[in-house]
Amino acid sequence: MPIFGKPKYHTVRVKKKDIPTGLWTKCPESGEIIYNKELEQNWMVVPKSNYHFPLAARRRVELLLDDGTFTEEDAGLESKDPLGFVDNRPYPVRIAEAQKKTGEKDAVVSGTGKLSGMKVSLAVMDFSFNGGSMGSVVGEKITRAIERATAGKMPVIVVSASGGARMQEGILSLMQMAKTSAALARHSEAKLPYISVLTNPTMAGVMASYASLGDVIIAEPKALIGFAGPRVIKETTQQDLPDGFQTSEFLLEHGLIDQIVHRHQMKARLAHLLHAFGFGRKSA
Amino acid sequence: MEKPKYSLDFEKPIHDLEEQLTKLRQTSAQSDIDVEEEIRAITEKLESTKKRIHSALTPWQKVQLARHPARPYALDYIGALFDEFEELHGDRLYRDDRAIIGGTALFNGEPVMVIGQQKGRTTKENLARNFGCPNPEGYRKALRLMKMAEKFSMPIVCLIDTPGAFPGIGAEERHVAEAIAVNIREMSALTTPIIAVVIGEGGSGGALGIAVADKVLVFQNAYYSVISPEGCAAILWKDRVHAPRAAEALKLTAEGLIELGIADEIIEEPLGGAHVDPSQASLNLRDAIERNLSPLKKLSTAKLLDGRYAKFRAMGQFDEKSPAVVEFAKEA
Repeated sequence: MPIFGKPKYHTVRVKKKDIPTGLWTKCPESGEIIYNKELEQNWMVVPKSNYHFPLAARRRVELLLDDGTFTEEDAGLESKDPLGFVDNRPYPVRIAEAQKKTGEKDAVVSGTGKLSGMKVSLAVMDFSFNGGSMGSVVGEKITRAIERATAGKMPVIVVSASGGARMQEGILSLMQMAKTSAALARHSEAKLPYISVLTNPTMAGVMASYASLGDVIIAEPKALIGFAGPRVIKETTQQDLPDGFQTSEFLLEHGLIDQIVHRHQMKARLAHLLHAFGFGRKSA
Repeated sequence: MEKPKYSLDFEKPIHDLEEQLTKLRQTSAQSDIDVEEEIRAITEKLESTKKRIHSALTPWQKVQLARHPARPYALDYIGALFDEFEELHGDRLYRDDRAIIGGTALFNGEPVMVIGQQKGRTTKENLARNFGCPNPEGYRKALRLMKMAEKFSMPIVCLIDTPGAFPGIGAEERHVAEAIAVNIREMSALTTPIIAVVIGEGGSGGALGIAVADKVLVFQNAYYSVISPEGCAAILWKDRVHAPRAAEALKLTAEGLIELGIADEIIEEPLGGAHVDPSQASLNLRDAIERNLSPLKKLSTAKLLDGRYAKFRAMGQFDEKSPAVVEFAKEA
């Protein structure tokens, strides 16, 4: 093509798929536009508004554990289709899609590692996998993470992000509430600490089981946290919901959680608590 | 007592026959015409129609039976099965939630703590009982009573019958999620036998909040589900009219619960449902409680608790590939 020649086309037609999507993200709170790379480097927190976007489970593990100390456990667990559930598509297809989208087998990543030098059992939920819904795999992995902590005399930390129990596994999902909570009873009996970290959103069956059972419960700012969904409450009661209803701040004010902690400070604050509970002392 | 007017769509052939029978009887009473033959024929047809319909109920039809307004409720069974029932009120914190009732009683002369979700029979009573949808204080009252049962070595019998925990502003403010979670955790470790019976509706977390037990029994037409069929339909098919389809998919019937390893035993109901013959339903419940409670009472505390832990620990279905296989799959 001649350098100074008139370009053949005045308009360039670009196919939609060629546009690099997700280069920029708009903060839903302040409207601020932020470069995605910067957002990711900032652990998905918008720098000025401090809006906390969901964080992928593996990034959360990096955020909370000392570099290179994480050993993943139970990575081979995968959902079955116990009910043969079909809604607008079969459950196994749904799972396959979520796996492709997230690169995870299910909605929780778990294992052990060191938090500021202290050995902990950690389970982190991923909201981007099927809304972080809890089916048999999530329940089993959380339960094993708790049991591993009990057996190894470790603290357990669970970071929740979930819309609730997974409908497609029916009553089996509901029973994960009992399974995880029973494991926590034994962990508590052994006088070991459990810290529950609530992120946006933590609702329904997850909130009505392990997420509410921490010795200490910490929420990220402005997370939606509750049992019934706000729409359901509005429709059932025909009442207007109070401002900030079911947010972290609302829960703190009502005495339902211990603290609200910014994502960037989370690791340090967890470390303080574990120190207080007798971990990480020189003699130990 | 006059029969309740409430009738279910799928029972229409039965009601039509019953109506015919009533008319014939009236005719025979008012005139000299001999209709004995016809009456016998219709009675036979009525019986066979009842059997035909009730032996092939769809999950959605069972849900409707579980919600039948004439169905026996917790207090009906308590009245029929227990002696010296003393209802104990309140959570000592906020109020008395009348959607959950509980108290001490004698079962076959032995002390028990009985707790149940309670719906109302009339509109007025339903408002007082919040249609059987407990608030946090209901769960806290239940836990208070269960701890009392533990202290006095009384077995606990829980009668489950709720559409679900109440979705309200106050319920959230007083932390219903925590109330349910704590109950579930504490029940897993209570040092006294627990039997839970789903007598009607087993509505999700609201049911589970008093249903962690050594034995979980389910009435033939009761259901127990992670979400109501209507709620499930609204989310997955964007319309509540698909509730029958959701009921089918969720495997929420007594048979489904046995198949999935959630329930231990199905309690038979009289033909047509528990409301047709409440005293027979009560007798069946008595047998089931008796049969399941006595072996539990003989267990040591350690065995009881290990058994309960193992029971819920085993719930769930998943595939597990060995880590080596996972690694290989990643590389491929």
